[in-house]
Amino acid sequence: MSNKLIFEVSSVGRTGYRFPLIDVPNIPVKDQISTALLRKSVPVLPEVSEIDIIRHYNGLAKRNFGVDEGFYPLGSCTMKYNPKINEDVANFPGFAGIHPLQSEDSVQGFLEMIYELTSSLCEITGMKWGTLQPYAGAHGEFTGMKFFKSYFKKRGELNRTRVLVPTSAHGTNPASATIAGFHIEEIQADERGLVSVENLKSLLADDVAGIMLTNPNTLGLFEKDIIEIARLVHEAGGLLYYDGANMNAIMGKVRPGDMGFDVIHLNLHKTFSTPHGGGGPGAGPVLVSERLTGFVPTPDVKKSDDGYYFEYNIPDSMGRISGFYGNMAVLVRAYSYIITMGGDGLKKASEYAVLNANYLKERLKKTYHLYYDTTCMHEFVLSMKKMKEKYGISSLDVAKGLLDYGVHPPTIYFPSIVPESMMIEPTETESKETLDSFVDTMLNIYEKAKNNPEELHTAPHNTAVRRVDEVLAVKQAILKWTAE
Amino acid sequence: MFSYLPQTEKDIQEMLKVIGVNSIEELFKDIPDEILQKTPLKIPKGISEYEVFKRMTELAQKNRQGISFMGCGSYEHLIPSVVGHILQLPNFYTAYTPYQAEISQGILQSIFEFQTLICELTGMEVSNASLYDDHTAASEAITMAVNTRKKANRVLVSGTIHPNTRSVIETFFSDVSIKIEEIPSKDYVTSIDALTEMIDENVAAVLIQTPNIYGWTEDLSGFADIVHDNKALLIVSSNPMSLGILKSQADWGADIAIGGTQPFGLATYFGGPSVGYISTGTKLTRKMPGRIVGQTKDVDGKRAFVLTLQAREQHIKRQRATSNICSNQALAAMGSGIYLSTVGWKGLKEASTMSFQKAHYLYRRLTEELGLKSLANKDFFNEFTLIIPESDKVLIDMESQGIFAGVGLSRFFPDLKDAVTIAVTEKRTKEEMDAYVDLLKRVLK
Repeated sequence: MSNKLIFEVSSVGRTGYRFPLIDVPNIPVKDQISTALLRKSVPVLPEVSEIDIIRHYNGLAKRNFGVDEGFYPLGSCTMKYNPKINEDVANFPGFAGIHPLQSEDSVQGFLEMIYELTSSLCEITGMKWGTLQPYAGAHGEFTGMKFFKSYFKKRGELNRTRVLVPTSAHGTNPASATIAGFHIEEIQADERGLVSVENLKSLLADDVAGIMLTNPNTLGLFEKDIIEIARLVHEAGGLLYYDGANMNAIMGKVRPGDMGFDVIHLNLHKTFSTPHGGGGPGAGPVLVSERLTGFVPTPDVKKSDDGYYFEYNIPDSMGRISGFYGNMAVLVRAYSYIITMGGDGLKKASEYAVLNANYLKERLKKTYHLYYDTTCMHEFVLSMKKMKEKYGISSLDVAKGLLDYGVHPPTIYFPSIVPESMMIEPTETESKETLDSFVDTMLNIYEKAKNNPEELHTAPHNTAVRRVDEVLAVKQAILKWTAE
Repeated sequence: MFSYLPQTEKDIQEMLKVIGVNSIEELFKDIPDEILQKTPLKIPKGISEYEVFKRMTELAQKNRQGISFMGCGSYEHLIPSVVGHILQLPNFYTAYTPYQAEISQGILQSIFEFQTLICELTGMEVSNASLYDDHTAASEAITMAVNTRKKANRVLVSGTIHPNTRSVIETFFSDVSIKIEEIPSKDYVTSIDALTEMIDENVAAVLIQTPNIYGWTEDLSGFADIVHDNKALLIVSSNPMSLGILKSQADWGADIAIGGTQPFGLATYFGGPSVGYISTGTKLTRKMPGRIVGQTKDVDGKRAFVLTLQAREQHIKRQRATSNICSNQALAAMGSGIYLSTVGWKGLKEASTMSFQKAHYLYRRLTEELGLKSLANKDFFNEFTLIIPESDKVLIDMESQGIFAGVGLSRFFPDLKDAVTIAVTEKRTKEEMDAYVDLLKRVLK
């Protein structure tokens, strides 16, 4: 298979697109604008015909793995099936062809969709209102932290500068809180893998703004003490932030609002089935409890007797957080998913996600070391530590071994509180047959670890490229193609 | 019942048996009873695919399209058919971030190509994999500057940048000790005299946008020297379509180049997704936010690509990361990469030049024949601002007849009554522009 760059496919004189001929007087550009502004340098862009571009990208697609190709149990990423009807409707010209600054009267469909989607997400999470503007989960976290800031500013509690984050949290949590102007303090997990209530008590003080939690947490465990945690944080004058990365476990079963959370972000590209696109665009809506609704970013969308409209006049708003209104093409897909599934279907999705995870966990734990041996939610974490000690096979080796079986490996080395971790999230859209086949593969790999570890150390063998040298990449830092 | 849920009753029973529980409910036993949801979600029951199609069609029909002359950060250019077809290849759009390089070479290579294309256009040395949009890219660029000039806490932002960029920046830095100050404009372009007066060594960055919010091109001759004499970094934001004709950020001596690639192969889509691009010199590579793809080799010595320089990023550095960004706009960035590769430099110059020519044609007709006043007689690329008397009413009238005549700037600047920014791309025909002029003539009477 060729792995030429598009620049290497290029041949002078070709083009992949024909523009219409110019139909207005062609007056020399330099006669209409100061020549000091004109470009002289010539960028090196590819020159390819239409079939060249199609073959090039088809070749690239063959060197890439997606959910449509096979099982993708990437923990904490909820790689569920991306429904095709959502792709169809997202391409409607009545959505794609709309300009963000058109009159409100001409965008009633979008405004209605924004209003309805926000309402549905509030119902699912037990929140009062929110914003769909954040472009991704981390952007949602940042927006959530701005809610914290706005709230404490309004109350005159500018001394609240500390935010508590569990050691098992996603890296974006501490990064987002920091850029919003908070200091991070880590909370330890106890022997159950849950937030240590004792440790939390010792950290709470009147300079604490709040806590960021994922529930179920990144070990796939439900924080059973959540009511106590919420009470303690609120009594200390703080707020609770819910990282919705793992929302797929609890739709229709329990709501973050009822747990006591004040702010939540959702990853629509996880729980709500929108494709992840190899790294985005995603969407990270933020929903908040009643006492925080006054701080929503501008503009908000409201409903009146005459239809829907943008509200810009929000006295306590945190301000604008996106150029326009968010990744609309992603929001359209999520809305389509929610009306497809309905309240009943969303609940079933969560139930089956948890069923699939527990089934897989029970089957695998007979062979692999299950670090926290208890009922899990939508995902669970294995540890390869013992296997590494016994056979010298690490999480990385198992992951690379899986590549040869046409399975996307689970998340590895996260959360870091589990040594040699492997975090497995099957999602609800996978059948029992797929899960069984994955178990067979994992058992196969275990046998290899015992009998033929070298094959795993050198895996993968059947992929477009084999193990890549990450150290060399950093050392040489070749970040673009250069003409010879 | 649900086509996305493959579990049969038989499967469920078998699985429960293996798990050793009697019901699915038992799996949720860790949820305290007092918060367990006992009533159904108040969301209507699920519906069939065809009913979804009908509902979504109904929503889309409640949006209206017209012959659009709207810009201000979102533009309707021609999009080659190949772009949409390639973006629908399932192994691209149904993939996650390329953590497992061996089975993600397709996306990794496409990002490497995108990085190269952005460097070629901006004239800079390194680019990242993408940011959310041009507005958030401004915040990230300023953060880079502030992290580079640790003791400086002032940031000067031209008064002519997109007001939404300004608002996004204000929100971003409102709770940290960075002071955002506005460089006044003169005749609706950045005043170099004001910049000279304001700048000192406490300034970390100067941000200018060209073409600016009014459409006028900023002549940045001499700017870089003033900025660099004060050890600050110059950030220049540009509509990348303009770079087909106009000087690149590197030509102006910028340290960081930013902008949004929506004009390249992406629909206006009510403002998103776009793609924020950011590029800079190699000195600042390790201050860059977000994903970067690098070239390397596999164990057999074959060329391969991989996410690299990750020691900057949140999953490694946590609160000490250069940015919190994780998911970016990868697939949309691929769309822009496909666009640029398809049209090539010749095509880009054609689209860019034609947009320029057509905008100047409409400008001439509106100012010379209709006698409309220009907000400022400045050079422009494909967008310009005119004073149209009673513009609110005029815009509504024209819209009702199918022409979206421009963006009324009073929505951003209440003092700028009747200023309308009009954008023209290569997609607009002479016939459509003539219809614009005729309709406006009638409406103004």
